[in-house]
Amino acid sequence: MKAIITVIGKDTVGILAKVSDTCAKADVNIVEVTQSVLQDMFAMIMLVEISKANIGFEQLKENLNRVGEETATKIHIMHEDIFNSMHKI
Amino acid sequence: MLETKDILETINMIDNENLDVRTITMGISLLDCLDEDIDKACAKVYDKICRNAKDLVKTGEDIEREYGIPIINKRISVTPIGMVAAPCQSKNPVKFAYALDKAAKELGVNFIGGYSALVQKGFSSGDYALIESIPQALSETDFVCSSVNIGSTKAGINMDAVKMMGGIVKKTAEITADRNCIGAAKLVVFCNAPEDNPFMAGAFHGVGEADTVINVGVSGPGVVRAALAKNGAGKDITEIADMVKKTAFKITRMGQLVAKEASKRLYVPFGIVDLSLAPTPAVGDSVAYILEEMGLETCGCHGTTAALALLNDAVKKGGVMASSHVGGLSGAFIPVSEDAGMIAAAKCGRLDITKLESMTAVCSVGLDMIVVPGDITPEMISAIIADEAAIGMVNTKTTAVRLIPAIGRKAGDMLEFGGLLGSGPVMPVRDGSPDVFIHRGGRIPAPLQALKN
Repeated sequence: MKAIITVIGKDTVGILAKVSDTCAKADVNIVEVTQSVLQDMFAMIMLVEISKANIGFEQLKENLNRVGEETATKIHIMHEDIFNSMHKI
Repeated sequence: MLETKDILETINMIDNENLDVRTITMGISLLDCLDEDIDKACAKVYDKICRNAKDLVKTGEDIEREYGIPIINKRISVTPIGMVAAPCQSKNPVKFAYALDKAAKELGVNFIGGYSALVQKGFSSGDYALIESIPQALSETDFVCSSVNIGSTKAGINMDAVKMMGGIVKKTAEITADRNCIGAAKLVVFCNAPEDNPFMAGAFHGVGEADTVINVGVSGPGVVRAALAKNGAGKDITEIADMVKKTAFKITRMGQLVAKEASKRLYVPFGIVDLSLAPTPAVGDSVAYILEEMGLETCGCHGTTAALALLNDAVKKGGVMASSHVGGLSGAFIPVSEDAGMIAAAKCGRLDITKLESMTAVCSVGLDMIVVPGDITPEMISAIIADEAAIGMVNTKTTAVRLIPAIGRKAGDMLEFGGLLGSGPVMPVRDGSPDVFIHRGGRIPAPLQALKN
């Protein structure tokens, strides 16, 4: 199963590193990353493979939320299908 | 790969524009629970509901977490109890209401619908006793919802049932007067009631349905309003309709995904997605604000009916391609007390019951969650029901009446329910007595529209 992680917030040092680190610790493979910085707003989107994760979805979500709090960003993780069904016919 | 802007759009819809799936409703047939012994029948009803729906709430919560979509309600609808209670005549069917309520509490669902009777053409055994017991059932239970279908395009309008329901609505409000007349908020009187509706208070599981089925009701007035606010300036009406359609498509696709996933995880067939714009009292989640966004100063002013017709139609057109099976009520809801914009419009007097009545000719339901003065007579309630049913019968559409007589209050006062039910200003009704008309009884014959064969 693939999921999409989005990180939105003010750009600070080490956001990408912290999110990647959380994924690596959970055995979550990052398949694709795009990021853009508009003025000082940071938006990063990661497509990740979570079928081999060593923790449950709920725990992963919680860990990412913690990173969000540390970096003052808003982090979501959602099943890929929701975006596919809403935006692709 | 998905586009960044699409991903961010979805997240924004959920975070800021109140996008949600309003309800996953499991329909359960109780036709195999019939028994002449009412206690045995109630035990069978309780057991079957608890068995079939045991994973409903957990599955809903799991999907909510994994997909990141809020699913506000998990509900159950059952076969109209009027039929289930038919074999146990001369017994008070209220015991079934207790069994339903107990099952709802055990399972943790928000509401259970189906304390219902279908009497559009006449009363069968069990129906009369069931309708008589509605006030008691709604006052002595917490989660049970009730509905009565009193008319249809095919059958005409059962005016004996209309007469009876005026009294039942009033009595239900009276015996729950100490709880803001909440009983009446759980009672709907229908014409052309849909048998697969996932929304309360009118949900029941029709007899033509599968044994158990999953129906999903989507929502999202906030998303539609935001889309119009962002891109609607200076656009003509055709473009506005297109914007609504596109937004409705996205909302419905999400509902379809949730419905399919819930159906798969619960091993229950997927029934329908109800393409509805269901408002909540939350700021920004209002159907009235969409109409105002289209360019009306206040919901209720001239032009409101046209704007609502456009909205209702565009929601269906956008939604119908997004789902493999569409059903239920499907359209825009206009429950006054549950919609911040409607409440505001009613408070300032620009939205009154006659304007609402004309709006119901073009929206998906009817006079919904309207608070009326406590001294309203049962005959007047019946007459309002008859008017509304006539609109539904002639236009081959569902109409419903959910009036709350605010016992002890008069026009201009407020009645607070709290939660999703919101709060409503007491709206004045027209004076003049319909008593003789209502007391005639009998049936309004089915209109020519019924003779299609």
